[in-house]
Amino acid sequence: MQLEILTPEKKIFEGDVTIVTFPGANGSFQVMDNHAPLISLLQQGTVEYKGKDGAKKINILGGLVEVLKNKVIVLATGVAA
Amino acid sequence: MASLKEVKSRITSVISTQQITKAMRMVAASKLRRSQEKMQQIRPYARKLNTIVSNLTASIGSDNDNDWYATKRTENKILVVVITSDRGLCGAFNSTVLKAAVKLVQEKYPTQFNKGNVTILPFGKRSMEYFSKRKYVCQDSYWGIFGQMTFENVSKAGNYIIDTFKQGGFDKVEIVYNEFKNVATQVLKIDQFLPLAVEASSVSNAPDYIFEPNAEELLAGLIPQLLNVQLYRSVLESNAAEHAARMTAMDKASENAGELLKELKLLYNRSRQAAITKEILEIVGGAEALKSA
Repeated sequence: MQLEILTPEKKIFEGDVTIVTFPGANGSFQVMDNHAPLISLLQQGTVEYKGKDGAKKINILGGLVEVLKNKVIVLATGVAA
Repeated sequence: MASLKEVKSRITSVISTQQITKAMRMVAASKLRRSQEKMQQIRPYARKLNTIVSNLTASIGSDNDNDWYATKRTENKILVVVITSDRGLCGAFNSTVLKAAVKLVQEKYPTQFNKGNVTILPFGKRSMEYFSKRKYVCQDSYWGIFGQMTFENVSKAGNYIIDTFKQGGFDKVEIVYNEFKNVATQVLKIDQFLPLAVEASSVSNAPDYIFEPNAEELLAGLIPQLLNVQLYRSVLESNAAEHAARMTAMDKASENAGELLKELKLLYNRSRQAAITKEILEIVGGAEALKSA
């Protein structure tokens, strides 16, 4: 599935991934291929994803995620260094 | 006729002025490119956020008591956000915004103004100086955002506006700024920031989303974000427009300096010619006098 991580200032990541973990407002959750349509608030925490070149972590300052038709878009408020 | 030396020194000074305006034009052009890039960066983010919010409002329906941001109240306390630049030398860029802001207050909110209920929130040094010198209530903690124009910094000001609005400190918030249309044109814009006009999407085939935590809470969390993005966008627009205006102004200035230079050179050559003619006349006159003696 396609993952895109955006902040108002730049595009952080775009690419194919197999599994993503999000810091949801009600606790952490994972999204895999063919997930049902979902919109969720995210709190400050780590987004973890596994792509072709291994697993990666990105610290976000909160935001939201939309999952629709194997396309996952993260709108992060900002990224912690 | 002006003396040769005088004209010469004027020519050198005009040349150096022209060099400065040319350099400023180049700097403005490169800054313009950078701020245009920034504007393009935010576009996909803003578009996505807008569709999500309108999907949400459509699925919630119009009757919920959580919509503090959309309800119109009696307009007792007004906030006007005035976005100008930090520096001058950009043509009529700042004065258009300032004039429009003053006109807005005087024509639309005279009663509120007389009661001292119109607050100005300046962005940029120019509007800060303008309004703090005059009889306006000025909230000047956020004027310096152009020093570090990040989303985070703009959000600080945005959150202040949103929180005060939520608590009833303001009943209506408007933004006055220059919109960047193209390099040659800036359009003055007055946008209503709050209460927000939410457009519920008319698309009935919105996908059946799962909402986490629930739609109302989600929307409450998203609205401030949406407003901050909107504010950030206005700031970026104004910034790009500023650089464009400075570019045109400096271009014009270099051109005028060129014209002035042409005239001065003509004057210089003419007075040089006159001096030579005078000298020859003197020599011939002298020789004539010697001969007849």
